[in-house]
Amino acid sequence: MSKGIWVFAENNDGKVRKVTLEILSEARKIADQIGEEVAAVLLGKGVANLADTLGEYGADKVYLAEDEKLASYTTDAYTTVIARLIAEHQPTAFLVGNTAIGKDLAPRVAQRVKTGLASDCVGIKLEGNQLVFVRPIYAGKAFTEAIFADARPVMATIRPNVLPLAEPARGRKAEVAKVDVQLDASSLRTLIKEVIKQASGRPELTEANIIVSGGRGMKGPENFKILEELADVIGAAVGASRAAVDAGWREQKFQVGQTGKTVSPTLYIACGISGAIQHLAGMGSSKVIVAINKDPEANIFKVADYGIVGDLFEVVPVLTQEFKKMLAS
Amino acid sequence: MNIVVCVKQTFDTEAKIVLDANGQISSQGVNLIMNPYDEYAVEEALRIKEKQGSGEVIVVGMGGGPKSQDALRQALAMGADRAILLTDAAFEGSDEYAAANALAKAISGVQYDLILAGWRAIDDGSAQVASRLAEILGIPQVTVVTRLELAGGKATAYREIDGGVEVVEVSLPAVITVQKGINEPRYPSLQGIMKARKKELKQLSAQDLGIDTNLVGKSGARVQPRKFYLPPAKAGAKIVPGEAPEAAARLAQLLRSEAKVV
Ligand SMILES: Cc1cc2nc3c(=O)[nH]c(=O)nc-3n(C[C@H](O)[C@H](O)[C@H](O)COP(=O)(O)OP(=O)(O)OC[C@H]3O[C@@H](n4cnc5c(N)ncnc54)[C@H](O)[C@@H]3O)c2cc1C
Ligand SMILES: Nc1ncnc2c1ncn2[C@@H]1O[C@H](COP(=O)(O)O)[C@@H](O)[C@H]1O
Repeated sequence: MSKGIWVFAENNDGKVRKVTLEILSEARKIADQIGEEVAAVLLGKGVANLADTLGEYGADKVYLAEDEKLASYTTDAYTTVIARLIAEHQPTAFLVGNTAIGKDLAPRVAQRVKTGLASDCVGIKLEGNQLVFVRPIYAGKAFTEAIFADARPVMATIRPNVLPLAEPARGRKAEVAKVDVQLDASSLRTLIKEVIKQASGRPELTEANIIVSGGRGMKGPENFKILEELADVIGAAVGASRAAVDAGWREQKFQVGQTGKTVSPTLYIACGISGAIQHLAGMGSSKVIVAINKDPEANIFKVADYGIVGDLFEVVPVLTQEFKKMLAS
Repeated sequence: MNIVVCVKQTFDTEAKIVLDANGQISSQGVNLIMNPYDEYAVEEALRIKEKQGSGEVIVVGMGGGPKSQDALRQALAMGADRAILLTDAAFEGSDEYAAANALAKAISGVQYDLILAGWRAIDDGSAQVASRLAEILGIPQVTVVTRLELAGGKATAYREIDGGVEVVEVSLPAVITVQKGINEPRYPSLQGIMKARKKELKQLSAQDLGIDTNLVGKSGARVQPRKFYLPPAKAGAKIVPGEAPEAAARLAQLLRSEAKVV
């Protein structure tokens, strides 16, 4: 029975998140091969206009749940609405971005509908009618392929930046199905007191196409300025090794690695980072890795695609100038 | 206030991963540690208890093998009061669903006001078990927390979100998962290690728990790992030659025209 591949339509600041569009692109391809429909599950308040984007990226249908109580994400409200929808329509698959929200939501939904969940997947394969999820384990030191026996829907969270984004089909429309939201206030057990936004004007680390990271070799917090200058020229986010974070030079949320963020940008530029196994765990799946380190024996050169053996304080500013020239022309 | 902390034993972060003859992840010669995030959870529980001056910290783990007690013993040495280890062949092959079923059954037999866990385990990297546990026990969750304050039967938790921090209030009991930054875990003192030897570490089988074996282990699992493989080895970096300015200029060119990433 064809019951649909569902995608959680995460949105913020009036936009659908890129990871959602990546998943929709992939879901569309899979659905075409097995003759399923693709549905996006869109929750929020004043988000109806996003249905167009979801349609253009492959959704046939958009389940739209709008309510004051859904204006901001909370585990209880979102889980309740989504789990009810799943129970009613019994989709084949439900895919969610591996974002702060996705990580909080997906396991709770999976448990409520008593199904499995493959976390932080980096690939989806179709074998016959079966979906197989590729996921890193041991922080990327190994991979496994997860299969679901008979539990449905099959659920997975997908790492941002790993699935290719399709060209949107301009003007392609999705059918919008309004969801009757009934949420009892007493069932919502958490209260958001405050959101402290920390906008840097730079892309979010886990979603960035390019990341420039600094380690102990940066020698002090003030020197990260040269990385920020480079980052701003090429539209990058700025990350850090644990050594830089533990020294108090950068905030914890910028740490890349086994006890920090897992990232997979198109380009990762490691400056003054030795390449400890715990750091590699967080960035090893980057498409192109560049290392700038004065020690030719540094481990980072073993995983890097390009390297410069030299003093980062000499190399980085020149790199910034070169990119500036290049991108201006 | 009684606090339950879920503690998983994992491979050391330095561990080299190899496959055995059957294509399974080999644990031969691998050093085992307490999941680093669970150390933060244990530390947080101990600080709460110390601050309040009363209550019990109970650590709960599920796992097998001759060294399966070690992480729990470490938690006891740090200062936890007692430990429960779920260990049985029936638990082998659990996925997150099955693991949560077993842990929930054990925890529902304990008086608790708060459950702390790591935000994820560094081996399977799932970040699922604690949320599932909260769902089974019918209590709320707050995940990836870097600061926790308790007062008047409520918790105020600062959680990491994309692009900021969210301050969430939740009434207890609740499951809170912790992230690096919340505290600096203590090392067990020599005295702590001595004391830990005398503390209770109860081992429970599936039968002791009274749990339906169809809910745990391989028969309970919703997801199965089909196979394991290692990432392809990298060839090593192409070193861009020349003095710093010259090399930097050349690198910029390569990234633009050869790698096509800028
Ligand atoms: C349980 C556990 C979890 C961990 N989790 C993480 C994690 O999530 N993320 C993480 O990053 N680490 C993590 N670590 C720490 C990790 O083991 C390393 O200690 C850390 O990554 C080292 O950071 P670094 O490369 O910046 O510093 P170092 O290893 O000290 O390297 C500094 C590098 O800078 C180079 N350098 C110095 N000056 C210059 C210059 N002027 N120009 C160019 N190069 C220069 C040096 O040659 C050296 O290679 C973890 C460790 C443990 C035990
Ligand atoms: N086998 C286990 N025994 C005890 N606690 C566990 C176990 N598995 C997971 N947990 C807890 O759940 C957290 C998240 O684990 P995971 O969902 O596997 O990433 C861990 O940090 C532990 O606190």
